[in-house]
Amino acid sequence: MASANQGTTRQATSTGAGVPSNWGDDPFHKPGRRLTSGGLLALIVKVVLLAIIDALTVFGVWVLIAKGDWITAVILALVVVGVNYIYLRPGLLPGKYLTPGLAFLAIFQVFVIIYTGYIAFTNAGDAHNSTKEDAIAQIIRTSQDRVPDSPEYTVQVFKQADQFGLLVAEPGGDLSFGTNEQPLESVNGAPQGWDELNLSQVIRFQDEVLAVNVPISDDINDGTLRTSDGQKAYVYVSSLAYDEAADTFTNTATGQVYVDDGEGNFRAEDGTTLTPGWRVVIGWDNFAFAFTNDQIRDPLLRVTVWTFAFAALSTLVCFALGLFLAIVLNHPTLRGKKIYRVLVILPYAFPAYLTGLVWAGLLNQEFGFVNQVLLGGAQIPWLADPWLARFSVIFVNMWLGYGYMFLVCTGALQSLPDDIIEAGKMDGAGAWRIFRSVKLPLLFVAVAPLLIATFAYNFNNFGVIYMLTRGNPRFTDTTLDIGATDIMITMVYKVAFGSGGGRDLGLASALSILIFIIVTIVAVVSFRQTKALEDLN
Amino acid sequence: MSDRISKGVAESFATSEFLGEVGGMAAMGTKTTPAPLIPQKRQSFRRWFVDKGWRHVVAWAAIVFAVFPLLYILSVSLNPIGSLTGSNQLFRAFDLSNYERLFTDPAIPYARWYGNSLLIAIVTSVVTVLLCAMGAYAFSRMRFRGRRFGLMTLLVLQMFPQLLAITAIFLLMIQISDVFPAIGLGTHAGLIMIYLGGALGVNTFLMYGFFNTVPTAIDEAAKIDGAGHARVFFTIMLPLVVPILIVIGLLTFIGIIGEFAIASVILTDPNQQTVAIGLFQLISGFQSQNWGIFCAGAVLAALPVMVFFLVSQKYIAGGLVSGSVK
Repeated sequence: MASANQGTTRQATSTGAGVPSNWGDDPFHKPGRRLTSGGLLALIVKVVLLAIIDALTVFGVWVLIAKGDWITAVILALVVVGVNYIYLRPGLLPGKYLTPGLAFLAIFQVFVIIYTGYIAFTNAGDAHNSTKEDAIAQIIRTSQDRVPDSPEYTVQVFKQADQFGLLVAEPGGDLSFGTNEQPLESVNGAPQGWDELNLSQVIRFQDEVLAVNVPISDDINDGTLRTSDGQKAYVYVSSLAYDEAADTFTNTATGQVYVDDGEGNFRAEDGTTLTPGWRVVIGWDNFAFAFTNDQIRDPLLRVTVWTFAFAALSTLVCFALGLFLAIVLNHPTLRGKKIYRVLVILPYAFPAYLTGLVWAGLLNQEFGFVNQVLLGGAQIPWLADPWLARFSVIFVNMWLGYGYMFLVCTGALQSLPDDIIEAGKMDGAGAWRIFRSVKLPLLFVAVAPLLIATFAYNFNNFGVIYMLTRGNPRFTDTTLDIGATDIMITMVYKVAFGSGGGRDLGLASALSILIFIIVTIVAVVSFRQTKALEDLN
Repeated sequence: MSDRISKGVAESFATSEFLGEVGGMAAMGTKTTPAPLIPQKRQSFRRWFVDKGWRHVVAWAAIVFAVFPLLYILSVSLNPIGSLTGSNQLFRAFDLSNYERLFTDPAIPYARWYGNSLLIAIVTSVVTVLLCAMGAYAFSRMRFRGRRFGLMTLLVLQMFPQLLAITAIFLLMIQISDVFPAIGLGTHAGLIMIYLGGALGVNTFLMYGFFNTVPTAIDEAAKIDGAGHARVFFTIMLPLVVPILIVIGLLTFIGIIGEFAIASVILTDPNQQTVAIGLFQLISGFQSQNWGIFCAGAVLAALPVMVFFLVSQKYIAGGLVSGSVK
């Protein structure tokens, strides 16, 4: 039996734990006899859970098909059929245990990485955040003017979840109801399941009410109903007329024609574009932009260099301080050692996200504790000067991180074999010599993998940087919101979700991909070092 | 946020060297060379200082460095002036008005934030522990095609923080909102799902190692007695690996409580937000005015985490040492 063979060789390797040879594809009981190895309760739980998942899936597939998204619908259906198969068929034990975790992993760790790769090749962002149909509807909506002789409609605003709709009494007296997505339809009374907004609610949801924009008919060029007070509504029509056949917008006042420029925008001959655009694949433009545009090329280079410097220096100073304190407190008869050790690692127990915020206050130039009290009223710009800010970031990260290194080094120091140190003493080595030539090399062997892991962690240490400086002070030679202490991951976050306009998900994804490549290189190097893969059995 | 580092710590807890000594910090003195029972009486101060005295000096310096920011925020939180300027004289007042405002000011729904944070972190850690334990059980106790590949993939994936894919996560959540609004953008359920995506990659490997240390003789015996796989897993394996379950649970909890970036993108409604986002926004732009309230909030947010951390250290070490086979 092949699996038995493998089992024994595996036993002989590293785990030391024997593995029963017949647990694998071959389950506990012969397949086909029972639906579950547990009792009735387990069966019931299993069937109920599967039923819930299946019911939700049917609903989801139905919604997706209604939206016309067949591909996702088919994928979702196939995946859930697979899940049912795994749990209802006897056997396939590993599948039963791994599927839930792997499902989340597949979607929110693996798929999103691939998806990031795709977004990097699109123009996704604030200005291009949806499909072309949505963009056309949006353009028509935002370019609307009130029709001068529009009749006055009496309306009531209704709300369901976060949707708003208008119940309209037409001048003739007929009632009709519609929402932003749903053109007016005649009804007999108030719509089922919707709540009427009273005056105070209208005031509370003012922005949402102002955004209510109900198409009068299926043809959006006919115009829409809008209300400013929740009581009276008027017809608005767009000053831009969309010609479906030619796929162009024409400004009804000036006659200017806007055509699809293939890059996700309607563009006129003079170069002006209509907003919003829509999401299209634009190829390598984001990468080309990052490497060639003056606004971003140099800052990106500086940020990359700083990211490496920050990660390396942070790891180094944390390790140095941690090791030093570990050595100092590693004395067999030092009194109060226990208390010292607990107090020294307190910063490590303090939540990382608060550390940056607290230190930002401590280092405040005018009122901060450090300048006012420790330095007697100095005005040192700890967080405003580029180099001082970089120093501060590393310093604060040291405060936060040395405790971890202290723990690790103390452990490693105490596990050093006594006989080698004894041997060194017998050969006449002094304390320093023993430390330098015996303890330190042994220690490095023990902590090297952790140093690499810490480097990799600091490489993407969003929390400390963003909470302490938000990447500031800003570079002066670019209009983008990038600063002297930004590392690559904070830059990605700010480009994608930062305040101010021009949030660019495509560019942010392209930058993410660059980080992926760098992290991959670090990972390959570290795996070569640690030989972790060889230990897998 | 501190997944990686936390994991490192847990790894070193799990490595035997660490365990022997540092893990059991409480039992520190007993493990090292026993102290000479009768100290040399005529030891001069100079010799004492060269041997040990300087270590006390360094230790005290380190403690001041480590503790003063913590004392500072405690002092500010108790100071009714509550501005950055007025906070520099430590422990001048004892007044709980900052704490009162945290729970009474309608513009600062601190209790809501706290509840949200707890809910998200507890659900995420419990489910993470369960998913990881199931994964580790499969990898440790079963042999199947793709097992080695699966372990390797997990090892590689844990190098890539989820944060790197934040743009894709955001767009994916928008699309999920269109189909299942209940687990889409702006919901706790959606955020928890995202966190669970990172669960397996980070923790399974650690747990796998621990499962391997439990002798298979135990579950083989149960199997011979007629227990099914589910019974072996829930009633025999899980109780034997409780220490690592607690370690992973606590580390996940601490990591999720402090997670800012993903939560800030997913949760947009102030009432849905977590302590991390709330406190960040409280002082962004208003650092000086809200400093006292912020510090009060920080003290309340940090205390349970720090207590957890310090207490669990002993527990973790003790649990790991005691082992499973008597």
